[in-house]
Amino acid sequence: MPVATSPSGQKVWQRRTRDESLIRWAAWLVGTAIFLWCWKQISDATTWFFVWDAPAIAGDILERATPPRWSYMEKLWWPIWDTLNIATLGTLGALFLAVPVAFLAARNTTPSTRFIRPIALLIIVSTRSINSLIWALLLIAIIGPGVFAGVIAIAIRSVGFCAKLLYEAIEEIDRTQVEAVSATGASPMQVMAYGIVPQILPAFAGIAVFRWDINIRESTVLGLVGAGGIGLQLQASLNVLAWPQVSLILLVILFAVVISEWVSAKVRGAII
Amino acid sequence: MLRLEKLTKTYRTGDQALKAVNLEVPKGQVLALIGPSGAGKSTLIRCINRLVEPTSGKVWLGDVELTGLGAAALRRERRRMGMIFQEYALVERLTVMENVLSGRLGYVGFWRSFARKYPQSDVDEAFRLLDRVGLVEMADKRADELSGGQRQRVGICRALIQNPALLLVDEPTASLDPKTSRQIMRLICELCAERGLAAIINIHDVALAQMFVARVIGLRFGAVEFDGAPEALTPDVLTTIYGEEDWQATIRKVEDDEEVQA
Repeated sequence: MPVATSPSGQKVWQRRTRDESLIRWAAWLVGTAIFLWCWKQISDATTWFFVWDAPAIAGDILERATPPRWSYMEKLWWPIWDTLNIATLGTLGALFLAVPVAFLAARNTTPSTRFIRPIALLIIVSTRSINSLIWALLLIAIIGPGVFAGVIAIAIRSVGFCAKLLYEAIEEIDRTQVEAVSATGASPMQVMAYGIVPQILPAFAGIAVFRWDINIRESTVLGLVGAGGIGLQLQASLNVLAWPQVSLILLVILFAVVISEWVSAKVRGAII
Repeated sequence: MLRLEKLTKTYRTGDQALKAVNLEVPKGQVLALIGPSGAGKSTLIRCINRLVEPTSGKVWLGDVELTGLGAAALRRERRRMGMIFQEYALVERLTVMENVLSGRLGYVGFWRSFARKYPQSDVDEAFRLLDRVGLVEMADKRADELSGGQRQRVGICRALIQNPALLLVDEPTASLDPKTSRQIMRLICELCAERGLAAIINIHDVALAQMFVARVIGLRFGAVEFDGAPEALTPDVLTTIYGEEDWQATIRKVEDDEEVQA
């Protein structure tokens, strides 16, 4: 009770009682002790020689990597095109799968809260929790290396993300609009097309562009495990320590990401 | 035309919103449903078209009993009951025309409605109705660009294009200013008279109800407390419906301040 009465009968207000202050002080003490102990552990496990050495090594790599080998660009056009395709087709595939999953997962549209909704939620959680690189590794084993494996990996990885955001949008719709459409005698499909879809369309477009933007980044590394795209070139160049090529590839990736960011910002601005 | 027999609704929380309400509405009669918040006015009209499932009792629309119908038969009967909402309940991101035509959803198939390929007769009727309520030049505007009064007119068109026998009207004026409220009430009552429609209008504004309707039902705690002509709404009657209050300012001779704006 922060409010107390002093002996003179005046009402005193403090932010915390004495006991609360003591508990907070003790919590800070324990927290600081744990932090220092962890610091010590990490410090003991670190080979400090390599760390002191780091600026020199980094400088060395930077020196070798500049200038980028611009002539290598002719071999990058095709892989970067592959990367864009992986991201775009993967996003389209994900959206195609995410829409039904989202409608099954949203509380107000699911046919059964007890059986179907948990399955939809499981799909969302399981696809989201596994990184696209791991999906790509699995899929390369199943369907062989190449762009197709990359597309599928991106698609599966994105289903959960898109479906989650979409089902949250579905749950937030204005119910009276749905009520009004049902009151006209519309069938369930018509209620969906007239009462629900117009309300979630802006969210859907926003989610699609946002995920496409993320997928451009993700697909640049898929090549590292052999799933096509510019990552393949990156790995090959790293393996032979061709630093000028590596720096060019990194520049190209940066450029692609900036472009995708710009496009998605424009599209989102146009929708909202 | 519409007959309620011992219509009862008990919510899962145990609240009894309607206690065996009996009511008969003849063809073409416009009645106002008044009562305090929570008296069950909204529940009553939603139980008629089963947006809320009644717990027990019967609803007869003409010769059809509604509470026992299956999903498809209920949809067919819902076409005969147009509904108008307090917050208009237009689909905000669709155009005025799409909103009006959505009143025909019960009559056209899914793909036709999805492709917006409504029969020409429906489109003609939509234009006629929009012209009647003075919004024909707004047909291509999006619903969220309209003012409150305009939206409610679109809501009225959507209900009327169903070609209903009955209008269920839930607080049509609660979100509108006093002048627009009167215009909307007048429009609803005129259209009902033109088409011989019966209507149940939930309304908070007792004076407004007295101005326009032929019959008033007073609801209190889910039971009918008053059923009679608007002139019979005396301070005593209002006290039984709403509780103790000075009612002289509410029941006024409405003629003296009417038509100032017209």
